[in-house]
Amino acid sequence: MIISVASGKGGTGKTTISTNMALALGSGVEFLDCDVEEPNAHLFLKPVIERTELVTTPIPLVDLEKCTYCRKCSAICRFNAITVVSHKVLIFPELCHSCGGCMVVCPEGAITETGRELGEINFGARNGIRFINGRLRVGESMSPPLIKRVRSEADPEKVTIIDAPPGTSCPVIAAMNGADFVLMVTEPTPFGLHDLKLAVETVKLLGIPSGLVVNRSDIGDQEVFAYAEREQLPVLLTIPFERRIAEAYSQGRSIVEEFPEWKERFCELFHKIETIIQKRSTTV
Amino acid sequence: MREIVIISGKGGTGKTSLTAAFAALAKNSVLCDADVDAADLHLLMQPEIRQQTDFMGGGIAVINPDLCIGCGTCMELCRFEAITDRFEVDTIRCEGCGVCVDFCPEKAIDFPTKRCGEWYLSDTRFGPMVHARLGIAEENSGKLVSLIRKEVRQLAEERGADLVITDGPPGIGCPVIASIGGATALVIVVEPTVSGIHDMERVVELAAHFRVPGMVCVNKWDLNPEMTEAIEQLAIKHNVAVLGRVPFDPAFTRSMVAGKTLFEYGEPTATQQQVRDIWAKIINSPSMNPLGIMDFKSTIQ
Repeated sequence: MIISVASGKGGTGKTTISTNMALALGSGVEFLDCDVEEPNAHLFLKPVIERTELVTTPIPLVDLEKCTYCRKCSAICRFNAITVVSHKVLIFPELCHSCGGCMVVCPEGAITETGRELGEINFGARNGIRFINGRLRVGESMSPPLIKRVRSEADPEKVTIIDAPPGTSCPVIAAMNGADFVLMVTEPTPFGLHDLKLAVETVKLLGIPSGLVVNRSDIGDQEVFAYAEREQLPVLLTIPFERRIAEAYSQGRSIVEEFPEWKERFCELFHKIETIIQKRSTTV
Repeated sequence: MREIVIISGKGGTGKTSLTAAFAALAKNSVLCDADVDAADLHLLMQPEIRQQTDFMGGGIAVINPDLCIGCGTCMELCRFEAITDRFEVDTIRCEGCGVCVDFCPEKAIDFPTKRCGEWYLSDTRFGPMVHARLGIAEENSGKLVSLIRKEVRQLAEERGADLVITDGPPGIGCPVIASIGGATALVIVVEPTVSGIHDMERVVELAAHFRVPGMVCVNKWDLNPEMTEAIEQLAIKHNVAVLGRVPFDPAFTRSMVAGKTLFEYGEPTATQQQVRDIWAKIINSPSMNPLGIMDFKSTIQ
């Protein structure tokens, strides 16, 4: 079972919700931090990292001994990542999408592949919670392949909780596609609502059932609740703004560990999600 | 032309609220919302759209079922698992590389250019604004950011403005890289949390990587004064100017609900004065004017 925690707007509490749900459920859960640009879940889960692997994406390597400068590689590349200038082949690794087209088209077999470093993937654990995160190399622009790599490590036997990046474009899709449920986290402000609407559209496009957590539920206005009702988006949990929660968060302390009364609420949140997924699988 | 880009690494630290507040203070500036994924600045600026243009992204593969013989070449070559068993293209997975189009022996695959969103030239009560809307689940956010930054510079030139204020996206990936290249300076808005300082360090590293000077301001600083101290120390260590502190003030949310900037809401407050001081520091900082230019309009661009 894969539950992806997403939001549209950043800073609404994705990491708070996902890490606390994982801590509340405890042993047997698997946590994937797919916000590879700014991974933060480890600051709250505090896993012991057991190993780290470098993640690369293939880019072309040209053997000039074999190259006849026919320019077929340059013609096929839609990303302008390879170009031929007189007797030189220029490769722009940061533009390459690793489609392999140049390698296939080269009539001389002069192109092989080497790797461009995307970042790293870390494996660890904490109290029986399996933890994996990706960290994009600073300066690297393509996060989706790294997110896909983190996703590929998911154990299908486990409950997998994914902390997704903010936004609605390709990195978010990579973190949500194929999930059984998307848990959206918002705050009841005009920005929160505006970006939630975008996130809801994204989830609809992917055809994944979803539910809502309203964080800092007593700030701003009540528009988000009216919207949720209109959209038949179930509000599964509300968390009021409390300075002590904000302060605990600022120090990297989790809600369920600091305020034990919240543990049950996060377990309940999970059971509500589980029920929705089960209901859907019996009706489909 | 000078351009300040407001970024944060972590989302939700107050980039847009502060950008709007700066816009209310700036003189003769043009606004740009480069957070094309989840643009929010327009909610405070209520722009009047003057011109709307489609943003065409890359192509996307479409298989013509009448010509397809089901040979499987496309499926074999596609590295993005975008070809389904029924020989249809999964548009969510399609990367737009066109490899299937080029190698289909039956020439059964089309590659139409796709409309990925739109961008706008608008007027607001604080001057002109360029903003955009990327379609849901679209790629090419970096390309759209580059496009609107080019447009905003052109607009600023036409209107005789010497400053562009750009609201940047969160993160450090593609749209952020597209937002900061060639900017005069970055204003990094940090919140005093373990996540905030962690993400700030990566964004500062990114600024150094692309050689854009950065300045740091701590928002909601009183939620954790020790962390605020640590952030400012870290900024100094990385040779990044410290602009000041903004307190946790519900007036930001209230003004947002009212669709206004901090300065248009309620009576003058201490928070407003702090933001005003920060803006003065930004404008007068050496990174905004390393050559000591007196009049930016008269300089050769």
